[in-house]
Amino acid sequence: MKTNINIKNRVAIIGAGMTLFRRKLKETPQEITFGAVKMALESAGLESKDIEAVVIGSAPDAFDGIHEKGEHLADGALSYLKPTKRVFVGGATGVMAAISGWWHVASGLYDLVLVVAEEKMSNARPHPQAVFLHIWDPILEKPLNPNLIWIFAMEMHRYMYKYNIKKEDIALVTVKNKRNALDHPAARDAANVTVEDVLNSEVLVWPVQRLDISSVTDGAAAIVLASEKIARKFTDSPVWIEGVGWTLDSTHWTCRELAYPLYLEYAGNMAYKIAGISNPRKQLDFAEVYDPFNYKELHHMEGLKLADKGKAPELTREGVTQRDGDLPICPSGGLLGVGNPIAAAGLMKVCELFWQLRYEAGKRQVRIKNGYALAQAWGDLMQVSTVIIAKGG
Amino acid sequence: MQKIYPAIPVLKEDEGKIIEISYKPEAKYLLSAGQAISRFLNELKNGRIIGRKCYGCNRILVPPRIYCEICFKATDEWIYIRDIGKVVTAVVSYITVDARKAEKHEVVGIIEFIDAPGQGIFHRINVNPENVINRKIFGVTVRAVWKNINERKGDINDILYFEPIEEIK
Repeated sequence: MKTNINIKNRVAIIGAGMTLFRRKLKETPQEITFGAVKMALESAGLESKDIEAVVIGSAPDAFDGIHEKGEHLADGALSYLKPTKRVFVGGATGVMAAISGWWHVASGLYDLVLVVAEEKMSNARPHPQAVFLHIWDPILEKPLNPNLIWIFAMEMHRYMYKYNIKKEDIALVTVKNKRNALDHPAARDAANVTVEDVLNSEVLVWPVQRLDISSVTDGAAAIVLASEKIARKFTDSPVWIEGVGWTLDSTHWTCRELAYPLYLEYAGNMAYKIAGISNPRKQLDFAEVYDPFNYKELHHMEGLKLADKGKAPELTREGVTQRDGDLPICPSGGLLGVGNPIAAAGLMKVCELFWQLRYEAGKRQVRIKNGYALAQAWGDLMQVSTVIIAKGG
Repeated sequence: MQKIYPAIPVLKEDEGKIIEISYKPEAKYLLSAGQAISRFLNELKNGRIIGRKCYGCNRILVPPRIYCEICFKATDEWIYIRDIGKVVTAVVSYITVDARKAEKHEVVGIIEFIDAPGQGIFHRINVNPENVINRKIFGVTVRAVWKNINERKGDINDILYFEPIEEIK
């Protein structure tokens, strides 16, 4: 893989904001977007006129029931008469939007760029599952009447089979992330649950049970990016984006080894190479890996080389991934704890890097040693991953 | 600095009081099955599974593609394969398409064809859920059970399901 590591401009995150994540918000998609953008601007000490370009991230149009969600969100996204684009790579959108904002600045094109991601999943009735049906191949798959959870259940079971992983160990991820979210004031699904609660929750598609999955959520998140040239004008503690990576695998998901996310290994390698990280397990202080399902946190840790293949459950059992552990994973509470408004959930993870690396995470604060942290998202037909590496100070 | 997270949650007691507009879009499509899948579907009508061989990587692609996504060249030859495969993964669904409780459970999974290594399709598997939950179904050889020939339509449902042809241990 050839990746140019000589990036023109270094890029800093100088502000972050997010709305409450809830099952249903009163606001429209534009109003939700507006709230997150205002908070991000205020945290950066910027006025709306300072922003030069905007990147919007949002998942399938069908959630809101409005086609071309990018233009729909524009006014609430501070896009008025500004260069604006919308990014969409399924669940991986939130981090991809941040990456897209990064290259706006890294290329030298702009000095101040806003990135905002929004999702209003409560619009789809009675449940967005019916909308998810349309991501399946309409000729060979949809006639079998699939539910979206099927595909993840197939991947989860393959992973469990290949590495002989117990459901008890996977359940520990739910327990940890929901508990971490108790310290996140915007969280929707913070709770003290036990492994037994997870194992006794309703079976949806074996091996997937109710508490293995994150919830349908409304919400938005936003960040402000600045070039190195001006970042310190606005803050003494910018958080630098040191590496980015993304990779898409084949659409033929039935022809892949589902037990291991090879595309994520590629995306991670790209980001590690740009960031100059040779031993992520040692050099990263924490990681916000994508956890829409509990097994995905483990799967993604392995793809990111934060654990050997099939060994992430062991690290979890040993407490390594706890907030006070050696390598905290999802100190925010993740999608399982904070909630999963698709695109906004990915960008929420980038917000968490910003807050943690500036020691602004309150009760969620983890210990910062080397200053490096990673956020990752994943989506489409289990085939795309997006990675960002940030550094404090 | 204390953070203030914007937005107003809708609580249970607000339901019915806030203004909401019901909307049901209607969209209909006629999808081209294309070069490769048209032939594949026609062969299902004959009770046969056909793939495309790529001379670049020597894979037999099933479902067939007219191009190889790895070699990025046109594939070279049509090849019939047996309707026999091994179960790569399987799950038991208890819910419907829109996440409601299903009346009857259903087992689905991925079947990797014996004659096309690394290539598989997703379909129903006729097996006791117990053998899915204990993972004994993994690696078991299964064969397609077809609809009666006069009921086939050139559709993935021309295969009713896959069924084990060896003892599950």
